[in-house]
Amino acid sequence: MKTPSEIFEILKNEFGEEVILGYHDELPVDLYIEVHPLSIHKVAKFLRDNEELKFDVLMLLSGVDDANGKKSKDENGYDVIEGGTLSVYYHLDSMQLKHKVVLRVATPRENPEVESVEKIWRAADWHEREAYDMFGIKFLNHHDLRRILMPDDWGERYPLRKDYHDPEYYNGMKVPY
Amino acid sequence: MGLLDKEFTDRNIVITKTEDLLNWARLSSLWQLTFGLACCAIEMMATSASHYDFDRFGVIPRPSPRQADVIIVSGTVTLKMASRVKRLYEQMPDPKYVISMGSCSNSGGPYWNYGYHVLKGVDRVIPVDVYVPGCPPRPEALLEGLLKLQEKIRHEKLAKQTA
Amino acid sequence: MGLKTEEIVLNMGPQHPSTHGVLRLIVELDGELVVDVKPIIGYLHRCFEKHCEFLTYPQIVPYTDRMDYLASMYNNFGYVLAVEKLAGIQVPERVEYIRVIMGELQRIASHLIALGTYGLDIGAFTPFLYLFRDREKILDLFEMTCGARLLYNYMWVGGVSHDIPDEFVPATKKFIKEFRPTIKELNELLTYNKIFVERTANVGILPAETAINYGVTGPSLRGSGVKWDVRKDDPYSIYDRFDFDIPVGEGKMGTVGDSWDRYYVRVLEIEQSLRIIEQAIDKIPPGDVHEAVPKRVKVPKGSVYARVENPKGELGYFIISEGKNNPARVKVRPPSFVNLSVLGELSRGHLVADLIAILGSLDIVLGEIDR
Repeated sequence: MKTPSEIFEILKNEFGEEVILGYHDELPVDLYIEVHPLSIHKVAKFLRDNEELKFDVLMLLSGVDDANGKKSKDENGYDVIEGGTLSVYYHLDSMQLKHKVVLRVATPRENPEVESVEKIWRAADWHEREAYDMFGIKFLNHHDLRRILMPDDWGERYPLRKDYHDPEYYNGMKVPY
Repeated sequence: MGLLDKEFTDRNIVITKTEDLLNWARLSSLWQLTFGLACCAIEMMATSASHYDFDRFGVIPRPSPRQADVIIVSGTVTLKMASRVKRLYEQMPDPKYVISMGSCSNSGGPYWNYGYHVLKGVDRVIPVDVYVPGCPPRPEALLEGLLKLQEKIRHEKLAKQTA
Repeated sequence: MGLKTEEIVLNMGPQHPSTHGVLRLIVELDGELVVDVKPIIGYLHRCFEKHCEFLTYPQIVPYTDRMDYLASMYNNFGYVLAVEKLAGIQVPERVEYIRVIMGELQRIASHLIALGTYGLDIGAFTPFLYLFRDREKILDLFEMTCGARLLYNYMWVGGVSHDIPDEFVPATKKFIKEFRPTIKELNELLTYNKIFVERTANVGILPAETAINYGVTGPSLRGSGVKWDVRKDDPYSIYDRFDFDIPVGEGKMGTVGDSWDRYYVRVLEIEQSLRIIEQAIDKIPPGDVHEAVPKRVKVPKGSVYARVENPKGELGYFIISEGKNNPARVKVRPPSFVNLSVLGELSRGHLVADLIAILGSLDIVLGEIDR
């Protein structure tokens, strides 16, 4: 069993400073390791195959809207956020060595792109499709990235972003109450 | 009209109106389409199990819409599902009835305020005869809704109303 | 000269008697053999995560009920555990015991529906009616305590909503005594029935490596021989005080990891839940269940991931808080969402009727998949 700071040291020795961007433990309860978005694939492969770490289960992959950009209102009175980041959190677990770790990647809001880890843990397949559906985060090298929960003709609107607003009509049905 | 079946004990000739006879036949054997969407479907299944029996009212679940009389919309109708509900309703042959069960299909339910994908009431796509409130309604409430539908059928008229 | 054949695409639409809800399957068939299955979900997407960003922490509890509507107590349990871990609230002992007893009763009720509807899919109508009759007895116990039959809103942040009445303990003991013969009846009717065994043994074999890689948890994982249960391996609440076993599939009627194994693990888990309830029911300490319920839930900035063992698998809640009254993000890891993604892999090369048997053995609830 390893503590998160030991795991952070092992990763930093292996990959260096451009890939492993930091270790955040100033907030209570869950500490996370920050990774660069376009190199998450090799970090994940190392985490799964290394003998001391052996993270063979991906528990959760979730997209988050940090809403840390500039907030303003457009001409109809709806919120618009510019700049800032969207992030993806990975919760990993090891069944044999019984330790857990949390990773985080942050991408710019205007063009969010993250490497996909679905070849390493097959569980990531549907989770990444859901993050794309709800936030618009594009996962590179995913074999079939399309909407999973919303209808296919919903357009370019991503519901869980903080600056989302409802359309008035969808296919002839009134959407608001 | 009285209870038509009681009249057979003494005599074996019964005189009644055609309307009453047809209405009595229709309300005594309403076959329902198995259309459970969400949590209310579990209460509908519990109503048709042995504790609160549905079969004693003549209601049998049928999987195909072409063989069903009544559709009980139980659960939340989402925008993705709404076009399918409409298609199933159009596939049912006349005379057909709709019971809307639970607050989600009455008017959107607990998701009325921030639900971007929830249709606020199934009566925006199909016409509804009886609304049963509750979240989820108890099996006794669903049976009351069925009895109210039977009351409505009992007073139907065959001839077209003029003026 | 050979015969030219083509594949046919069959649509098992959202309204279907045996898909356990509104699930759409696009099946590519070569004759009667399945080549590929693509599930399409989202017909019950009710925007739970968007609602959480506008409601306060105690107001979210009724919405968590409606996700997995067959095991509502456990959904509440997972959510309040996550909030209490983040806010640092300690609950009294009486509340812990009541939560464990309610959770295990809910596990039995959920497994009864799973087994009953699985029999209904295969074609056996009688076990469905018998098991629903026994489930009504459990629902009577719940109704005695909190007034509701299906969606309870019972576990609050820091406690429970109603204390157990005086008749609860003798009624539960009477229920346990009357329930053990039902399991024997179920085994005679369904489990060792020759037709049932022929339909489910050696069908949909899930190897352990594939299951772990896909993230499958719960009875579907234990049916493949992997001994992993969150109650024992990552204990929460007071589960480490009770003595119970973890049943795993052993390939008694076929290969390890087939549908019969996944079904049989659920039957054995009902017996283990009865053991936990028997140990806990006599030791409930006195106390006040509302003393740790805060007037306003104050949660510091931070994030937490808490997981519990739902009857269907591992249910996880990931909550990010910015220090205000509403959470900034709540993400749920539903066990059925992850279990369903393995369906395509399991059903290649089987017949169409076997596809129904495999889908029933995975035990999915659409309210949880779509949230």
